[in-house]
Amino acid sequence: MRVKSYQRKLDIKNGCVDLSHGSGGRATTQLVLGLFHEAFGNEWLARCNDQSAFGVRSGRMVMTTDSYVVSPLFFPGGNIGSLAVHGTINDVAMAGARPLYLAASFIIEEGFRFSELKAVADSMGAAARAAGVHIITGDTKVVERGKADGLFISTTGIGVLAAGLDLSAERATIGDRVLVSGSLGDHGVAIMSRRQNLAFQIDIVSDSAALHDLVAVMVAAGGADIRVMRDPTRGGLAATLNEIAHQSSLGFRLQEEAIPVKPAVAAACELLGLDPLHVANEGKLVAIVAPDMADAVLAAMKAHPLGCDAADIGEAVADHHHLVQMSTSFGGGRIVDWLSGEQLPRIC
Amino acid sequence: MKYADEFRDKTIAQGLAQAIGTEADPQRAYRFMEFCGGHTHVISRYGLDDLLPANVRMIHGPGCPVCVLPTSRIDMAIRLAARPQVTLCVYGDLMRVPGSQGQSLLRARALGADIRMVYSTLDAIRIAEQALDQEVVFFAIGFETTTPPTAVMIRLAKKKRLKNLSVFCNHVLTPPAMQSILESPDIRTVGRAEIDGFIGPAHVSAIIGTEPYGRLAEQFGEPIVIAGFEPLDVMQAILMLVRQVNDGRFEVENQYSRAVRREGNHRAMEEVSNVFGLRDQFEWRGLGLIPDSGLKLKRAYAKFDAEMRFVMHELPAADNPACECGAILRGVKRPVDCKLFGTVCTPETPTGSCMVSSEGACAAHWTYGRGRDYQVRRASCE
Ligand code: SF4
Repeated sequence: MRVKSYQRKLDIKNGCVDLSHGSGGRATTQLVLGLFHEAFGNEWLARCNDQSAFGVRSGRMVMTTDSYVVSPLFFPGGNIGSLAVHGTINDVAMAGARPLYLAASFIIEEGFRFSELKAVADSMGAAARAAGVHIITGDTKVVERGKADGLFISTTGIGVLAAGLDLSAERATIGDRVLVSGSLGDHGVAIMSRRQNLAFQIDIVSDSAALHDLVAVMVAAGGADIRVMRDPTRGGLAATLNEIAHQSSLGFRLQEEAIPVKPAVAAACELLGLDPLHVANEGKLVAIVAPDMADAVLAAMKAHPLGCDAADIGEAVADHHHLVQMSTSFGGGRIVDWLSGEQLPRIC
Repeated sequence: MKYADEFRDKTIAQGLAQAIGTEADPQRAYRFMEFCGGHTHVISRYGLDDLLPANVRMIHGPGCPVCVLPTSRIDMAIRLAARPQVTLCVYGDLMRVPGSQGQSLLRARALGADIRMVYSTLDAIRIAEQALDQEVVFFAIGFETTTPPTAVMIRLAKKKRLKNLSVFCNHVLTPPAMQSILESPDIRTVGRAEIDGFIGPAHVSAIIGTEPYGRLAEQFGEPIVIAGFEPLDVMQAILMLVRQVNDGRFEVENQYSRAVRREGNHRAMEEVSNVFGLRDQFEWRGLGLIPDSGLKLKRAYAKFDAEMRFVMHELPAADNPACECGAILRGVKRPVDCKLFGTVCTPETPTGSCMVSSEGACAAHWTYGRGRDYQVRRASCE
């Protein structure tokens, strides 16, 4: 920390954010240095500029941005901070890219406790460090009480893409296999288990995780035969596959029995009248892979800790209605449609 | 999911499907109505139609609480929620049900009305306790299954002396609706054979028992099999119906004996009859005014009755004339018979109530089953 002269210690234990912390004055600096720099600590932030410069190599880069408004802010398996890091890393990684840098922007409601903000910032720092990614610039704003629900975070990510990779939905082809990296619905169910009006006892924790390392081993195994990857967050697997079906002008046929869903998640969904295929994930991916390479990619996924429950759940088929159809575990057939309605607001 | 998985076993299902296939007389049509939206959902969700022979057809019934609620009652709720001091508590499905002139509770909330989605009546009590200066109104809908929790809520509110909680009561009863369908002139004109049997409600019957159906079976010569909500329950009930039709029997049989007893659940019925009495008549979407089919709060609980407390008036409301919900709820038409199905009307932009709830016939068919229509069309083109 170079700019020692500004620093007065924040009363992390008892203090809270007030409007002065968003005024751009001394209090803002105090908050940024005392809390965020402390948590994210790296050479770029230490220079205390409004932006950070970094070197670029030749080749293509990817960039993405996402906002996080999850409620509640703390949930089993993570909090809004770790989610904001993992989510954006994953969006970069789904291009097959290696994420390098993040920018983070915070909208904080007046009265938000420093202790909670520190917990969030610390888990962002820890998540970024574990992923080998640096948070190199950011912003904080404070809004009046009642104008934000505690804390909103928005993160932007930048990564580099290996030569020859161009993952995109329209590359999906008839006969391609559909692979998922593990059990579905964990994140959404973990969040709902903590909603004030639902609170139920369940041993499910959010699957929130950075997937770029898993992606790297998949790319090593399958290369350009991986047509497209997506992380099925809001709207779950159903939304992701319907999107890809429309973008590729194909349909999908899935086998319900092959789709991994934890018994506790299935039970919770049953109770709440939800379909696990509509429930959000934050540490899972779907890959559409050329049939010849599907087994190799699946084996690579299974050998990775984040893909040990990976499964081949179906294939891409010709269908000019672009439907996702499924043979149910009961022997009948049905469509897997987009989720309609708003049963699960603010899941990420 | 151990318990439920036993009721979803593929091999048992195939055994039942085979039995239905061999026992159903190919010379004969078997048209069975599942009364309950819960069954409609299970049939679509597990693709049970695919397991049945072509001459055994399921007709979706009106047992979807959201679907049968007439537009005028939605309008009343929207007008109520617009009052500044009112907080309206509703089940999620109701938010998107179209009212008159493109209104819905969802839109009303976006425009500033205080409308909260709740999962149980206890949520409404909690909200009322936390906002003592607000008038908290619970929008109660549903059949005999959801009525006891509303009754308990009112009893608790009275005990807690909560003065700011009331109920907009839209609870309805199953047997009068079944009777109305059987007496429906639509069905009469083509002969009563349009429906060859009923799958009776699961949870409703756990409350009211099997007795109320006896008279219907006898009076109309209709076999009725009460079935659970698991896919195997439904398959077994269909087989039982096929056998009744073949034998020329019209009895009330109970497939769901693990939960339904002949006499029902006395405590729940008592709880309900303490608080609720019959309305002379109540309007059902599609079925019109049905005598003795709706509940209202008893006089002793009048101060919990939102309709009295806020002097709410029911004004006539016009439905979209192209919407076939009415005929669908009577089992006379199918979702694909509606011109708006899948074009103007989808779950994202519902024109009628049957497209809103996952238990609605149009929503269930659109969400799970529309692929079958395309196949049929393709097959007929080839
Ligand atoms: S498709 Fe829509 S408009 Fe047509 S009957 Fe169903 S709900 Fe009504």
